Amino acid sequence: MTIPAIDPAVPVLDARGLHVSFAGRTGMFAGLFGRAEASARAVDGVDLQVRRGEVLAIAGESGCGKTTLARTLMGLERPRAGTILFEDKPMPRDLRAYRRKVQMIFQDPTGALNPRQTIYESVAEGLRIHRVPGNEKERVAAALSQAGLRPPERFFLLYPHEISGGQRQRVVIAGALVLNPEVIIADEPVSMLDASVRGEILKLLLGLRDELGLTIVVVTHDLGMAWMIADRVAVMYLGRIVELGPAEEVLTKPRHPYTKALLDVVPEAGGLDRPVLTGEPPDPTRIPAGCRFHPRCPEVASGRAEAAGFLGRCTGEDPALRVLAADHTAACHLAE
Amino acid sequence: MSVLSVRDLNVSYTTQAGDVPAVRGVNLDVARGEVLGLAGESGCGKSTVAHAVLRLLPVGARAEGEVLLDGEDVLAMKPGRLRAVRWTEAAIVFQGAMHALNPVRRVGDQVAEAMTIHRQASEREAFRRAQQLVEQVGLPARRARDYPHELSGGQRQRIMIAMALACNPNLIIADEPTTALDVMVQAQVLSLLSGLQQEFGLAMIFITHDLSVLVEACDRIAVMYAGRIVEEGPSDLLFGSPAHPYTKALAAAFPQIGDERFRRAPSGLPGDPPDPAAVPRGCPFHPRCPEAIAACAREDPSLLKLTVDGRRRAACIRVDRLGAPEMVP
Repeated sequence: MTIPAIDPAVPVLDARGLHVSFAGRTGMFAGLFGRAEASARAVDGVDLQVRRGEVLAIAGESGCGKTTLARTLMGLERPRAGTILFEDKPMPRDLRAYRRKVQMIFQDPTGALNPRQTIYESVAEGLRIHRVPGNEKERVAAALSQAGLRPPERFFLLYPHEISGGQRQRVVIAGALVLNPEVIIADEPVSMLDASVRGEILKLLLGLRDELGLTIVVVTHDLGMAWMIADRVAVMYLGRIVELGPAEEVLTKPRHPYTKALLDVVPEAGGLDRPVLTGEPPDPTRIPAGCRFHPRCPEVASGRAEAAGFLGRCTGEDPALRVLAADHTAACHLAE
Repeated sequence: MSVLSVRDLNVSYTTQAGDVPAVRGVNLDVARGEVLGLAGESGCGKSTVAHAVLRLLPVGARAEGEVLLDGEDVLAMKPGRLRAVRWTEAAIVFQGAMHALNPVRRVGDQVAEAMTIHRQASEREAFRRAQQLVEQVGLPARRARDYPHELSGGQRQRIMIAMALACNPNLIIADEPTTALDVMVQAQVLSLLSGLQQEFGLAMIFITHDLSVLVEACDRIAVMYAGRIVEEGPSDLLFGSPAHPYTKALAAAFPQIGDERFRRAPSGLPGDPPDPAAVPRGCPFHPRCPEAIAACAREDPSLLKLTVDGRRRAACIRVDRLGAPEMVP
């Protein structure tokens, strides 16, 4: 299969120094007892360039901030600090025009569709909101068939409950495509679908990139899925990208101990004897000082970091992403 | 002798539209100390089989056939006997530990309850034993005094496992025990389960749609489709060289990272798993099957031996012709 040339010099989305936090639980009782919880730093200093025409996977455990990052790129969360540039221009305050260009697909297609609206109405809604001129019916039909629902007319008058889960996700994708976006941000697009249906939806997304030149950002916890569709993989831990590079590199030659740990827990035949991270699960209200991964890091726990003379830096100095190979960066003092 | 032996199990649900067959003639055997994986997608009947083993089916479900637990037919038991058998002979770990625990009772009390109800211990002894079990599943004993909301999802699933172990059953049925959990926590719970299974020599049925999890955790796997077992075999062989086209598709949904065949090549099946109320005629899989021939629309294949010893079986009329060179008879 040919892969369209992706020019690394032309980011379509460019996030710089992004910080997003959520206020801690305050409420009546917290106020009463003076125990307001610390705010959660969901995204805590992210720089990320999304290249035109690439499939970028953002991976990590729940609570790592991957969904918040995606929602912020969509303009659904306001960053506390940092900027997002779309085609070199800051994201506008009025998001309507921006949303025509950048569309989002959510995890649960059943929740994303109005059960009392026909498929036609659901897909046409975006056109009406954005007051897109032209033949509505033609556009809806084109979007449905691009999403693999053919012949499209057959689906116009159906309701979401009359079609299957895989078809519903296709309707959601058609609803995004109808606006001719440049970027699609998909948050766990197949995790709620049946295993045998997933591949077809992933194939569809990959085809949209190849045929329409769409840029696709996929948020996932499933590294196997990243292997199937992503050009580049960004691994997040506690609000920060800790490793970023070509999928082949990150997934088969990981540099960051966290990426290694994530890959170790991917089930495979004859496994189970693999190391599993212990310690407290990551908590974005209490991000450790120094390297945020050091309390769970196998390199620290095994004494290798100390033997190499790095322990002081691991516990005291927050590592930045360093270039370790062509186009491959990781934020670890020890990584080579 | 098998701990569990399921013979020609048929389960149907009564709905407004008539009887819907969810399980259609399933045979299963689980030996002492063996872990059997039951794979399949939504609506394939895998959870119905699990629930039928302990007669936990909802009102309106009808189960026929035999479910022999240590030689005794569960489907024919009187209610009193059934109550005695549940938890002590076979226990179940449900999916969604979030909702299976009582939110207003300490988790230790909930673990202890199974023991007091079955009069295996006084309340005080039972709580002490519950604390031991909590430690056995990898939590500090003091967490027995916590309420469910004080525990994370993985910790709650550990409590569910402690509860299943409380009355020393011979068989544990784990119904999607890790589906709602995060990747790292899933790995922790899996290694806990298999550690306990080996320590106590338990027989286990492990149910999930994720074939890669089953390969890791199970000795043997049975794949279900439309209420039937369509392939069965030792897990590494079944995953490594699947014979049935449906198993092939399931295996491809969970590729091994680094396998060049799957790089930028996601593959799936057209269509969706069939509605149990409208199972296609002929081979139920034929409308979605990439290898189907005309005869598949007419013939409903039964499970055939692929190896002389019968450890590998598949229900596909094309399997002979497709051949499977890796299979040593």
